[in-house]
Amino acid sequence: MFVITCPYCGERDQAEFVSGGQAHRTRPLNAHEMSDADWGDWVFMRDNPKGIFAERWFHSAGCRRWFNALRNTATDQFLAFYPMGEAPPAVEAVLPATPAGEAPIGSGNDAVKVMRPGESEGTTT
Amino acid sequence: MTSQPFRLPQGGLVDRSRLVTFRFDGREYTGHPGDTLASALIAGGTHMVARSFKYHRPRGILGAGVEDPAALVEIGSGIHRDPNVRVTEAEIHDGLEAHAQNVWPSLTFDVGEANDLLWRFFPAGFYYKTFMGGPRGWMTWEPFIRRAAGMGRAPDGPDPDPYEQTNRHCDVLVVGAGPAGLMAALSAARSGARVILAEETAALGGRLLSRDPAATHLDDRAAPEWIGAVAAELRSREDVTVLTRTSAFGYYGENFLGLWERVGDHLPRHERSPNLPRQRLWRVRAKQVVLATGAIERPLVFHENDRPGIMLASAAVTYVHRYGVLPGRNVLVFANNDSGWGAAFDLAESGASIAAIVDVRREIDGALLSRAAALGIAIHAGCGVVGTSGRFRVTGAKVQPVEGAGGVSDIACDLVAVAGGWTPNTALFAQSRGKLRWDDDLAAYRPGLSWQKEASAGASNGVFDLSGCLAAGAEAGARAADAAGFSAVPAPVPALRAEETLQRSIHFVAEVPSHRKPEDTRAWVDLQDDVTTKDLKLALQEGMQSIEHAKRYTTTGMGTDQGKVANLNAFRLVSDKLGRPMHEIGTTTSRQPWKPVTFGALAGQHVGHHFHPRRGTPMHDWHRRHSAVFEPVGDWLRPRAFLKAGESFEQAVQREARAAREGVAVLDATTLGKIDIQGKGAREFLNRVYTSAWTKLAPGRCRYGFMLGEDGMVLDDGVTSCIADDHFHMTTTTGGAARIYQWLEDYAQTEWPDLELYLTSVTEQWAVASLSGRDSRAVVEEICDDFDADPATFPFMSFRDTTIEGVPARIFRISFTGALSYEINVPASYGLWLWEKIFEAGARFGITPYGTETMHLLRAEKGFVIVGQDTDGTVTPHDLRMDWIVSDTKGDFIGKRSLSRSDTARADRKQLVGLLTEDPGLMLEEGAHVIATENEPAPPVPMLGHVTSSYLSPNIGRSIALALVAGGGDRMGDRLWVTRPGGAPIPVRVTETDFLKLKEEGHV
Repeated sequence: MFVITCPYCGERDQAEFVSGGQAHRTRPLNAHEMSDADWGDWVFMRDNPKGIFAERWFHSAGCRRWFNALRNTATDQFLAFYPMGEAPPAVEAVLPATPAGEAPIGSGNDAVKVMRPGESEGTTT
Repeated sequence: MTSQPFRLPQGGLVDRSRLVTFRFDGREYTGHPGDTLASALIAGGTHMVARSFKYHRPRGILGAGVEDPAALVEIGSGIHRDPNVRVTEAEIHDGLEAHAQNVWPSLTFDVGEANDLLWRFFPAGFYYKTFMGGPRGWMTWEPFIRRAAGMGRAPDGPDPDPYEQTNRHCDVLVVGAGPAGLMAALSAARSGARVILAEETAALGGRLLSRDPAATHLDDRAAPEWIGAVAAELRSREDVTVLTRTSAFGYYGENFLGLWERVGDHLPRHERSPNLPRQRLWRVRAKQVVLATGAIERPLVFHENDRPGIMLASAAVTYVHRYGVLPGRNVLVFANNDSGWGAAFDLAESGASIAAIVDVRREIDGALLSRAAALGIAIHAGCGVVGTSGRFRVTGAKVQPVEGAGGVSDIACDLVAVAGGWTPNTALFAQSRGKLRWDDDLAAYRPGLSWQKEASAGASNGVFDLSGCLAAGAEAGARAADAAGFSAVPAPVPALRAEETLQRSIHFVAEVPSHRKPEDTRAWVDLQDDVTTKDLKLALQEGMQSIEHAKRYTTTGMGTDQGKVANLNAFRLVSDKLGRPMHEIGTTTSRQPWKPVTFGALAGQHVGHHFHPRRGTPMHDWHRRHSAVFEPVGDWLRPRAFLKAGESFEQAVQREARAAREGVAVLDATTLGKIDIQGKGAREFLNRVYTSAWTKLAPGRCRYGFMLGEDGMVLDDGVTSCIADDHFHMTTTTGGAARIYQWLEDYAQTEWPDLELYLTSVTEQWAVASLSGRDSRAVVEEICDDFDADPATFPFMSFRDTTIEGVPARIFRISFTGALSYEINVPASYGLWLWEKIFEAGARFGITPYGTETMHLLRAEKGFVIVGQDTDGTVTPHDLRMDWIVSDTKGDFIGKRSLSRSDTARADRKQLVGLLTEDPGLMLEEGAHVIATENEPAPPVPMLGHVTSSYLSPNIGRSIALALVAGGGDRMGDRLWVTRPGGAPIPVRVTETDFLKLKEEGHV
């Protein structure tokens, strides 16, 4: 269960929010000039990256405002929250790096459960 | 005392002043408050409590707590039966009834034991290889295998006990109240932080309780006294919550943890408070977490290491010091590190005779040797146990040098205490997604790199000496409080009289070497799942090189114990056999939950009527009083029909449907989604979200519209009314209300922020009664203060504001049914008042309440679609043959571009048509397939479409149906067939959808 920082209300439990999928997709104003294939792409296709993903969230049980968030899908960690219409802020994240395409820590997946010789101990965040 | 022959004359933390009587497997036992089932059974001389999962081998008590793999029993019976309860955790109380499980007919004579004689034929993967044959493969065999295997039985009925869930925020959550956890909680609490301390067992103290209190002093106080003082200080602080019998079972994202508290299980039912739940689930969000979860001792892996009476050395010591019970009188200790020696000395001093200390190491610390010699204990260094005897209890062990060709000595004993080294309990750390590090000195994994805001302290972090645990706990608690925004100093570490260390100088071997042929060796790695070294070797030989694959192939580390004592031995065996270092083998995944949690606790209060919140309208109680049959629509409960005495549901619907056209009937339409839209951009907004044009809709007028998704498919429908140029009242379907409101907010806020408008849900603000039928006008005019409802001057699709006895009301001339209709809206608090007023005024017309089933029938008679019934997310307005609702003249609207996509524009798409059966009395089944031939062809049957709505219509006087049929618009008058189960396809005629009009025109 995430803690989500609504830009208008502050830290709240994920139960108050609804996810709205990929952010920064602008509805085309020239739809009538678009080919079926281009239009179909816009309607049906979404990015699904492993790593930093800008996505929309709706504070449905709170202020009822839509806003954007940056989440690291490789580690399921929120990195930033920002209002609609703003550009995504610069963030630092533990990004996929291992040969298996895992972030070096945080996914809980097989490749990164155990430290390799030479990795230093401590905390990451 | 005779009933407890193994109870020591003194010692232990049990309350010897009281006797508790309980039964296990039909026999009566006694114990004392503070005993677990295990300690009380051992006091009574019973070690064998279960049979194993696969071979039905006798299983005894290996551990003294959560780590025990196989000592599982059923407690209680009937609806109170709790299966798979660990005897090492269950506390006894008067009247407790426990039973052996997975045995038939009895624990000591079990037919399933025949499996054990055939053990050579049941290797790992046996089931996969053997039971894939036959016509249905695995499916044929699975029911038999499931019956033969398995553990306890489910309770006989719904759980009658209350459970509850509670949410809590805290600054520091400390998991485990051993020496490290107590010091952590103390250090954090003294800074003023909100602290929760969760201890899995009934008492605080952890390993301190397993020590000889006379030998363990902290600041010159005996351990129980010191623990008591710490507990008293913690409990005296308002911001500290101390929970016992509470397991932290899950570490989830962002420091969210689940705690499972057993509130009443340790008490007989009649002593439990009626005001308290049986169990409680704590959902805790902690700023910082300290994991002081201790370490778990491992058994050793040798031939016939699974007999009852073979016990972890640490557990044997725990039974002595915590429970005052001697687990055996003649003990053979088998160790690979120093901790076994300490256990042997403790047991010897408690009155047991030590048959021998067997140690796989050649070199033993001189101090240990001389102490053993002083106690007269025989020492077999560089030796291993290579076999055991005894059917229901171990009676002897075979000991042999691990190297060279030494002979076998037979040593009689009634307990084998095994000390295979200590594994830091990193389960929660691993769940938190931290990375483990292999530590060669410990011969175990310990926490390496943290991911969440937690710190491991004490034995769970690989710190095995007592002073180190105390200091590490104090430090971790203070640092956690600091990180949570407090200013903390570590609590002073109490001085110890003597240091205590869990493990020293370990020689970790995956399997005790022996001269026995590997194929004749049965050495258990996992006692619960009956996995032996032979199974793991076979798995590797057959190519399961990943530890996760080896686990799944052999089932090692699975089951209710998740391999708490087995896993590291299995990993080590794999590492040895593959010749790869431990860090390359890695670990299996530690998942939530850490231990089995009852469904009752996970469900909490959310059962029965509380499973899902149900909403009722202001008229709901009236409906209940008038025999309404309800159905859930969205979160609402809506009447489907109102049954009169002696009437069937179908008869009620027919009666209501007749009244709604020929007389007057009324529907509670309060549940419709209602959205108030205001602002200069409101009209343009409607243009963009509906398919029709809204530019010219005048104040006082209403319009029916469709909303589409961007894919062009019908999303929702409803009527929107113009109140003023910049003010509209929108209605949506009942089920779509919340979703549509959110969807509109999305477009208003993110795509068209330039449009000035505000959306407000007013669903709850209005109560709505929809009157339908010839006499509805008379009823409306009678209840309104001064109102002319003449259809000629109050035209269809318009509304008027008026009053009813001074109460403001808004009356819409809109219709669900196609008959003359008035929809009366009043403030919700007047809903019931209005409803009763309508019935008072309508009495002389025989006014009839009607429900949703009747409403659907009435809509079908008129060919009005129901979004969600006649549409399914793949249907465009053109598919519904409602081209008129899509405006060609206005600009863009949601879904417009998709309507001209090549696929959406196909002429042979499924289209909505009417179907009339040739036999007017025959009703089609909703969902039935429409086909083009009289006889059903061989599969795959070419389908033309399916029936979406089907009713027996009293107003048409026959059955009617709506269907989506490929190219249906061009099939008017065609003869088609509709399939039915167990009968010949039904011949039907394709018609238009407005059956009332067809009837008027004489086509029906």
